[in-house]
Amino acid sequence: MNGVGIIKGLIETARNLAGSYHDKERLTTVRYPEETLPPVENARTIPFLVYDGGDAAAGLRCTACTICEKECPPQCIYIVKDMAKKPDYLGKMQLHPKVFDIDISVCMSCGICVEVCPFDAIKMDQVFELSTDDRFGGLLWGIKQLAKPNDYFQKLHRTEASEIDARREEDKSKSQAAAAAKAAGPAPAAKPPPSANKGAAA
Amino acid sequence: MSRLDQIFVLLGHWLAGWAPVPVRPLVSAVLAIACIMLVFATCFALTTLAERKLLGRMQNRFGPNRVGPCGLFQPVADGVKMLIKEDIVPFSADKALHFLAPIVLTAPIWLAFAVLPFGRNMTAIDLDAGILFFFAIGSASELAVFMAGWSSQNKYSVVGAMRAIAQMISYEVPLALSTLPALMLAGSLSLNDIVAAQGSYAFGWLARWNAFTPWGLAGLLLFLIAATAESNRSPFDLPEGESEIIAGYLTEYSGFKYALFFLGEYVGLFAGAGLAVTVFLGGWHAPVKGLEWAPSWLWFGGKFAALIFLFIWVRATLPRLRLDQLLNFAWRFLVPLSLVNLLVAAAWYWSGAWPFGAAAPIRWVLCAALFVFPCHWLGGTLRGPGALPRKYNYAE
Amino acid sequence: MLNEIQFLLCASLTLAGAVAAMMLRNLVHCALCAAGAFAGLAALYLQLDAEFVGLAQLLIYVGAIAILIVFTIMLTRGEEIRPGVPIASPSWWVGLPVGALVLACLIGAVMASPSLVRLPAGAVHAPVRKIGEALMNGYVLPLQTIGLLLTAALLGAVVISLREPRNPESKTR
Repeated sequence: MNGVGIIKGLIETARNLAGSYHDKERLTTVRYPEETLPPVENARTIPFLVYDGGDAAAGLRCTACTICEKECPPQCIYIVKDMAKKPDYLGKMQLHPKVFDIDISVCMSCGICVEVCPFDAIKMDQVFELSTDDRFGGLLWGIKQLAKPNDYFQKLHRTEASEIDARREEDKSKSQAAAAAKAAGPAPAAKPPPSANKGAAA
Repeated sequence: MSRLDQIFVLLGHWLAGWAPVPVRPLVSAVLAIACIMLVFATCFALTTLAERKLLGRMQNRFGPNRVGPCGLFQPVADGVKMLIKEDIVPFSADKALHFLAPIVLTAPIWLAFAVLPFGRNMTAIDLDAGILFFFAIGSASELAVFMAGWSSQNKYSVVGAMRAIAQMISYEVPLALSTLPALMLAGSLSLNDIVAAQGSYAFGWLARWNAFTPWGLAGLLLFLIAATAESNRSPFDLPEGESEIIAGYLTEYSGFKYALFFLGEYVGLFAGAGLAVTVFLGGWHAPVKGLEWAPSWLWFGGKFAALIFLFIWVRATLPRLRLDQLLNFAWRFLVPLSLVNLLVAAAWYWSGAWPFGAAAPIRWVLCAALFVFPCHWLGGTLRGPGALPRKYNYAE
Repeated sequence: MLNEIQFLLCASLTLAGAVAAMMLRNLVHCALCAAGAFAGLAALYLQLDAEFVGLAQLLIYVGAIAILIVFTIMLTRGEEIRPGVPIASPSWWVGLPVGALVLACLIGAVMASPSLVRLPAGAVHAPVRKIGEALMNGYVLPLQTIGLLLTAALLGAVVISLREPRNPESKTR
């Protein structure tokens, strides 16, 4: 019959119109910036540095090994080591970065720095509202802007963060157990145990 | 409630009473003009907003909702944008024609509102040949399309202008022919007479709108299709589709001239909708006897708004027609159907004198069948060959 | 008084349009000025209270014939419009006596006609109903003949613009 297709089309549009007022399926627009889409766990934009605890300076996991600086394809990471060592979560003395700059206008979000980091210190962030009107340094981020707490990391990448935290807890408890065994253990051998320095300083 | 019904007429008389007697007709005419232009310019602004919001909702998105509450100041923002845009005229363009084209398009269209009855006693000019005036004005603005296309000295503009004119003159024929049965049965070309002929009530409660008869319903559909095409509106917007011809005859226009073209198109749409309401939907009459207490201009406005909604709804639904499909549709479907509609109207008129005259359903069904069968057959002739069976060439 | 002013305005518009249609260099401008002259003529008809004729003049002349003229210009001579060509031919002075002769004939005919001296009895009414009745009762033969003529013209146009019959195996239409 002539015109049936037109009538069906009109009914569909009318259903769209009526449904847009009450049905979320019909009107899927997310009114940014008042509303945002729910974050996806594996999304990534630029890297950030993880620190444990409340203090960014004390708890920063990064040990300035500069593996990420060497592996970064567009070479957007710049690290200067600080020679004064600080203890890490297991109590071992580690270097830490004096300067850790990432040029986020160059970063291409490949995530290689995350893959190669042996200390789970650098992870991918999900921020995208990065524009600034400062042409000469606004997109060159230092430690102050890059360091974010572990709780933030938990929120972003729950599975990965939980797995890393579990592993670190296990390591810590193992080292504490080893240290306790050593402290209460039998006769000191000729060679002082290598884990003597790992005290309860963690 | 007749005071409310005649409130604009009384207001006009009171205001004109302040003027000295010799210039009183002039003053009342100027008042009517000012009122019409104000109302329909506001209507234009609101329609652009309503169109964008309704189109958005029908396409599963919001329309403009940032400028003002629910986007109500969006037309103001659009107006400001159009006004402050640079007015570019191409170097080799015909300057006089390029300047005159938007004016020649927009100015006559406003004249069409002079004969529409907006309410009881609310026609600006009661012409004896009102509907002929309306069609004459509609056809006078087509020359402006040519002027716009030709003066731009741009191949796309000229092609777009030719297509636009071909479309407009093709669809003028069904536009006029579809109103012919209503004129025949009302016995007059005056729009007030046509509205008055739809004033009585059948069965005591249902108004005798022309749209409640088979020929009236068919005529309304034909008229609405032709009106959509006359004002270059989707699905007939080939002359100005961006993906087809880069805005066609409007390519070289920017800023306020573009806004004038836009205005002319919408005002043409309003005029067409107003005529459809007058000729087919009973003008300012209420649909049922019980609702007569509402003011007549409110009924006109309500039906008018419903038709505008229908136009927006159709725009959101249908894809654009190609030029040959468009012209075939006009000449091989709409024009024969308009002529068949005349026959149906004649059949309706003569069957009104049947002895068992109150057997309205039979009469309705018969006259409707008289229309539906040619419609179906003509639609069949329009259909293309359809999907041919595929020929597969296999490598040997 | 107002009538005279109206008449002068409409007549001058018509004349200006007609003169411009003759004298302008650009052919498209000429066509559009001719359309303006048609509109002026329609205004004259409307001023004489001949509503139907005036509006039909607008509808047909401005709405269809002017468009036909511009289409013709577009589709035939569009590329050859050379604005630099002088508008008057070398033997333009031949037109003067011919024009004077035609003017004398027209003036003589108008002055000698009785309707110029006899004022109409009352206001002349030409409502559409009367025109319709006259067409259908007294002038029905000319009406039908014109209808036949128009149908013949339409058929002729369709036949002229018909494409040659394609070879039978191509089914595309």
